[in-house]
Amino acid sequence: MDQAVKKGATRRDFLYLTAGAMGVVGAGSAAWPLIDSMNPAADTLAAGSTEVDLSKVEVGSALTAVWRGSPLFIRHRTPEEIKSVRDMDWKSLRDPQKDEDRTLKAEWIIIKGVCTHLGCIPLGQKAGDPRGEFNGWFCPCHGSQYDVSGRIRKGPAPLNMFVPPYKFISDTVVHVGSGHDFPNPGF
Amino acid sequence: MSGSQEKEKFNNKTIQWINDRMPIFSMLNNEYGKFPMPKNCNYFWNFGAIAMVMLVIMIVTGVFMAMNYVPSTAGAFASIQHTTREVNYGWLLRYMHMNGASFFFIAVYIHLFRGLYYGSYKKPRELVWIFGVVLLLLMMATAFLGYTLPWSQMSGWGATVITSLFSAIPLIGGGIVTWLWGGFSVGQPTLNRFYAFHFLLPFIICAAVFVHVWALHVSKSNNPAGVEPKSEKDTVPFHPYYTAKDSFGTAVFMIVYFAVVFFAPLILANPDHWKPFNSLQTPPEIVPEWYFLPFYAMLRSFTVGIKVAGVTLLTAKQQGVLAMFGSILILFFVPWLDKSPVKSARYRPVFKWALRLLVLNMVMLTYAGALPAAGKALVMGRIGAAYYYFFFLVLLPYLGKREKTLPLPESISADYAAHHGGGAMKKALIPAALALGLALAPHAARAADTPPLPNLHWPEQGIFGHYDMAAVQRGFQVYKEVCSNCHSMKYIYYRNLESIGYTKEQVKTLAATYQITDGPDENGQMFQRPGRPTDHFKSPFPNPETARAALNGALPPDMSNLVNAREGGPNYIYAILTGYVPAPKDFHVMDGHMYNEYFPGHQIAMPQPLVAGQVQFQDGTPNTLDNEARSVAQFLDWASNPHMEQRKRLGIKVILFMIAFAGILLATKRKVWSDVT
Ligand code: FES
Repeated sequence: MDQAVKKGATRRDFLYLTAGAMGVVGAGSAAWPLIDSMNPAADTLAAGSTEVDLSKVEVGSALTAVWRGSPLFIRHRTPEEIKSVRDMDWKSLRDPQKDEDRTLKAEWIIIKGVCTHLGCIPLGQKAGDPRGEFNGWFCPCHGSQYDVSGRIRKGPAPLNMFVPPYKFISDTVVHVGSGHDFPNPGF
Repeated sequence: MSGSQEKEKFNNKTIQWINDRMPIFSMLNNEYGKFPMPKNCNYFWNFGAIAMVMLVIMIVTGVFMAMNYVPSTAGAFASIQHTTREVNYGWLLRYMHMNGASFFFIAVYIHLFRGLYYGSYKKPRELVWIFGVVLLLLMMATAFLGYTLPWSQMSGWGATVITSLFSAIPLIGGGIVTWLWGGFSVGQPTLNRFYAFHFLLPFIICAAVFVHVWALHVSKSNNPAGVEPKSEKDTVPFHPYYTAKDSFGTAVFMIVYFAVVFFAPLILANPDHWKPFNSLQTPPEIVPEWYFLPFYAMLRSFTVGIKVAGVTLLTAKQQGVLAMFGSILILFFVPWLDKSPVKSARYRPVFKWALRLLVLNMVMLTYAGALPAAGKALVMGRIGAAYYYFFFLVLLPYLGKREKTLPLPESISADYAAHHGGGAMKKALIPAALALGLALAPHAARAADTPPLPNLHWPEQGIFGHYDMAAVQRGFQVYKEVCSNCHSMKYIYYRNLESIGYTKEQVKTLAATYQITDGPDENGQMFQRPGRPTDHFKSPFPNPETARAALNGALPPDMSNLVNAREGGPNYIYAILTGYVPAPKDFHVMDGHMYNEYFPGHQIAMPQPLVAGQVQFQDGTPNTLDNEARSVAQFLDWASNPHMEQRKRLGIKVILFMIAFAGILLATKRKVWSDVT
């Protein structure tokens, strides 16, 4: 084959390939703004913190606040409840975590009240609600059961309920959305 | 659909002119005119056409629903209420659309079963099958998206649960869920995008249907014998033979569909669909639509993670999600899982029963999926999932190699001669009945810790039932004097009362007794004015928070939809009103609660609202508790279903018309087919 023709052919292949590759990169980059536009908008992201007054929550009772559109479960735990979640073999749990790693003050458990299975709101905040075998929360959707530390004990959910970042700005007021970051492995 | 090259001749000049430039009429003639169809296809072959008709119905009713729909978290539920209550024939649009989805699935599931039973997925029709499975997936997505739009309790929580399935993906799952939601929970951005996609997908479905049919028209239709046509004698042209047969089958299907739309439009819907979405409270039971239940049952039946040496490989959640998605995706591989040279199950004695068992298995899964996730439901779910996968992964390949098949008929003509007129129609009715049973199975599965509701006779019951307006008016009096102190009815206008027999003047006077907040006026001030017939019923509390503060934390539900939002309808209302009895000795009733026999959990925050003698009925009816409870139940039934009488009247006409139409189509079909031997 003629050298010049062959050289022309190689060059053509190169140009084809380059043009094709650039087309793909261009189309791909054009797709990103579309995809990213579906992520939470700036104002949604900004509306991320809330303050809750705990002064009226008596020992043994619960309060449900709202944080980022989801319920925030707050429970004022009794000494027995604290004992039940601390004096135990936490290493054998499905999502092994110490209660100490999930609370700032032993008597307050503060978690995002969303079942880690498929996102339902577990029951157990209101008097008369079923709380499951571990006296914590019971998810009505597919029967997940959580203890008073919000750790998954039974049922299909894989993880403990999420502990949001928070800090106490006074003895009885808690700021949720920033502050102490809890480990929450798996999230 | 390949356009033919040779010029066709048409008598009509305009048609000829167009066809010479764009051979659309040639194409139609080739694909729907003389297109050769095996002549032995039975009534199972109707369901493709029926599905197509349902698709058109869904698109048309959907577009008109969209004209009244407001995709906002604050307005969606109200706009659907407005459509059903105030828009002319809005109730018809909604009930056709809502039940249309179910009937679309019935048609498609039978169509799919047909494909499996007669081996329509085998060479050379693999692509037809694959596009069919793509269509099924698209349909499921569309149905799910549509389910979320009314923004009811079921909508919002269904959306939460299904989108959360993606959180099972390791590492990026959480990010994907946030991306799908456009926020940190299901909310406004979610609703907006779901609406956009619900509108878009049907058109993609149309395109996929086109490809599905295109592939079919290249490989041509299969038939119950599963042998390919050998000569011209084996086939008949599509028109008029199958146009006639399809039309008749479709008409029969439509009769059943319309019967549900006009006489039992809520039979397939969950009562929680009549409660607005509350993002802070999950209903006690989440149940998807019946057509997803078998897959949902599989999803729920895994509860133990797989661990190897202390490391979790697959969590229970991941297993469930895999089992669920896998059950659909596995269908893509059916043409390669089943290598049997014989197509039709008719000549595969073992496969036939294995497949019938699969159908029963799906019925069991549907039933299990509707039960609360515990005990029996989990066991059935596991057995069902096991057989499902056993069928596709073990039985199909094994039988394909080992099964001793029966001798095939010589040709389609021979088969036609043998089976002609042999109850094929009756056979098509069996799966149709099964599918309907499947759709209704969830009703059988409702669990209860309360005694069965009283089963009273209501005048509005039945095909010819209508409201007893005197009772409805008495019921309104009870609502006005008792219930309305706590319960709102915010979707009802005062002028709606004209339809229960009050005169314009009466309504005007009544409305004027209420003070309505209006404004702002030109000074920017809100002001009070007397109510007008065009106002909604005034709510006892300006907002839910005031209600809670006044009533000890309890929130009385809005009563506009109460009858539809409660399992048992008017019977439930009656039962609650008459169900206040002393608590059993060992039962602890919480502070601020009463014991009620029929209330789920028995603890009700509402003090006994009605006692005998409470209301002095204007028409002199004795004011026993029974009478008071009955009349208010009837009033609330009217409020929930104000168009019930119009609906049934129109329904009778439509059904009679369709029966006559089907009769004519059957006669036509018989005449057309009389020359086929
Ligand atoms: S969502 Fe809680 S158990 Fe499924």
